[in-house]
Amino acid sequence: MNIFQLSYKNLLRRKVRTSFTVIGIIISTWVLVTLLGFNKGYENSLNNDIDGMGFQIVLTAKGCPYEAATLMLKGGTGLRYMPEEIVKEVNFAEEVDKTTAMLMHAEFDPNKGENGGTIVYLGIDPDTYPEMKPYLNFKQGNWFNEKSVNEIVLGYEAAELEQREIGDLMLILGSELEFKVVGVLNRTGTQDDGMIFLPLKTVQEIFDKKGELTMLGIRLKRDADISAFEEKLYELPDIQVVSMAQVKNTIMNLVSSAKVIVFSIAFIAFLIAMFGVLNTVLMSVFERYQEIGILKAMGALPKDIFNIILIETALLCSIGGIIGIIFSYLFSNVSEIAIRHFLPFTPSGSLIKVDEKIAVISFFAIILIGIIGGIYPALHASNIRPLDAIRSDS
Amino acid sequence: MNIVEANNLVKIYARGSEKIYALNNISFSIKKGEIVSVIGQSGSGKTTLVNVLGCLDNPSIGSLKIDGQEIFKNTDFVKENLKFSEIELTKIRRKFFGYIFQKFFLIPTLTVKENILLPSVFQKQFIVDEKRLNDITEMLGISKRQNHLPSQLSGGEMQRVAIARALINNPQILIADEPTGNLDSKRSSEIQELLLNLNKNHNITIILVTHNLELAKIGNSIIELFDGQIKKN
Repeated sequence: MNIFQLSYKNLLRRKVRTSFTVIGIIISTWVLVTLLGFNKGYENSLNNDIDGMGFQIVLTAKGCPYEAATLMLKGGTGLRYMPEEIVKEVNFAEEVDKTTAMLMHAEFDPNKGENGGTIVYLGIDPDTYPEMKPYLNFKQGNWFNEKSVNEIVLGYEAAELEQREIGDLMLILGSELEFKVVGVLNRTGTQDDGMIFLPLKTVQEIFDKKGELTMLGIRLKRDADISAFEEKLYELPDIQVVSMAQVKNTIMNLVSSAKVIVFSIAFIAFLIAMFGVLNTVLMSVFERYQEIGILKAMGALPKDIFNIILIETALLCSIGGIIGIIFSYLFSNVSEIAIRHFLPFTPSGSLIKVDEKIAVISFFAIILIGIIGGIYPALHASNIRPLDAIRSDS
Repeated sequence: MNIVEANNLVKIYARGSEKIYALNNISFSIKKGEIVSVIGQSGSGKTTLVNVLGCLDNPSIGSLKIDGQEIFKNTDFVKENLKFSEIELTKIRRKFFGYIFQKFFLIPTLTVKENILLPSVFQKQFIVDEKRLNDITEMLGISKRQNHLPSQLSGGEMQRVAIARALINNPQILIADEPTGNLDSKRSSEIQELLLNLNKNHNITIILVTHNLELAKIGNSIIELFDGQIKKN
């Protein structure tokens, strides 16, 4: 037998109390791992969405930059429009490699979800959009045959939601027209998965927006000075210039306050776990006052007693930490649903990315916190005088 | 050869401004292999004496030699503000003593075998001396109980386990403080027999504190204390 076995068996004396303490540690670890995973997953997914856009700068009609950022990534209502002539003006600039014009249209669908939802149609130019997004591959079919035709391409999730395959007909809300599905995209992990693509000209016609655009995506030449070009674009009247870096910063600012709140919750959960451990171990030291004295009479040095108590603490935290990490892996989907419910904007893809590094950091963090909580009871126990303990009636 | 030599042992407790002499100038010696019974009324200083002899406590004044080694020198610990540290006392205890108490103090979650081996854990003896363990449990009649928990034992068996625990590190002196205090007369007689056997067959010196005059009679000598002083030796 060694002091590890002795410590382990001590924990089995009060199984219910030990279990409740371990549950507290499990919850704290679960919260910590999930939040660290969220911190990493959110940024990764956002970067993925932004990189997936295929262009460095987007022009929109002048308006709120937050609205523009949301428009970029999610689609939205209250869209603003700019004249189509802007395409020629921008293409004229020598820094520009390629542009692609888009017209977004949102319609409320009362049959979407429990309370209805917004369907977003994106009018695109079939000559330029696919070139900007070469990673878009088809599960079935291909892009539209012509620039103005009653055909649609569905993102992977949109096809699953609408339960459509190529050759099927689909009613376009707000137009009373049925369009033929000519292509279904493979999953990309970006917002394109939920999109319904139509030819730009068709969207302009059926929604009465001839000559208007909501966005113009710009890809610059390799050696172009992005900042200098942005400065030039600012001179265009009634145009909002949004660089992808700005979009990212804007969204990160939006979620930063939410992050402060969740990290505060994690900190409080940690404190609760620490005091839970302190209380459990201290109670157990008080209960074993005489026994600890006897152990010292039998030859245990103060450091032996200190180690026994600290090992008990570390064991509690290790068991709770490991189970908490397993829970955070197993229930990351549930946590993700909850986080998506509370945050103002969430990118597509996995929001919680728990990897080995996060698991290891969290494991050692919870053990460290536990040991800090265990130091006082361990010191208290190591200072018990055998004589006092033997004399006491407790 | 004397294994214990106590000279002018004094133990003073302070109760406010009042000084209480729990031991008052006590001197005696114990030969190796002897059983010495310490008797006296409650509060006479029996437990204080064995606590000082067993290095569980410092004396206030006096000297103590164990097996020729000077543990407490003839010093006024109070005046010179001297005190052995817990670590120093523990090291002495490990070397010379085994303890049996009235309460058995077995750890309820450890088996009999694990309880017996506890002192070895603190001496960092990671390899179990199975032969010694089996010899001791055989001698004490608990060899078949090694894998049982204390809750599955009778009071007499629990005290035997406590004795086995005291013996596992091969102590030179066994200090037994009221070892039969929690047992009925039949179990008390069994423990009495065991102590005699241990002394006779293994030459272990036993310092026995008891109220039980029948048990005290197993001693080669009896020290009777009264108000912290030796009344009869």
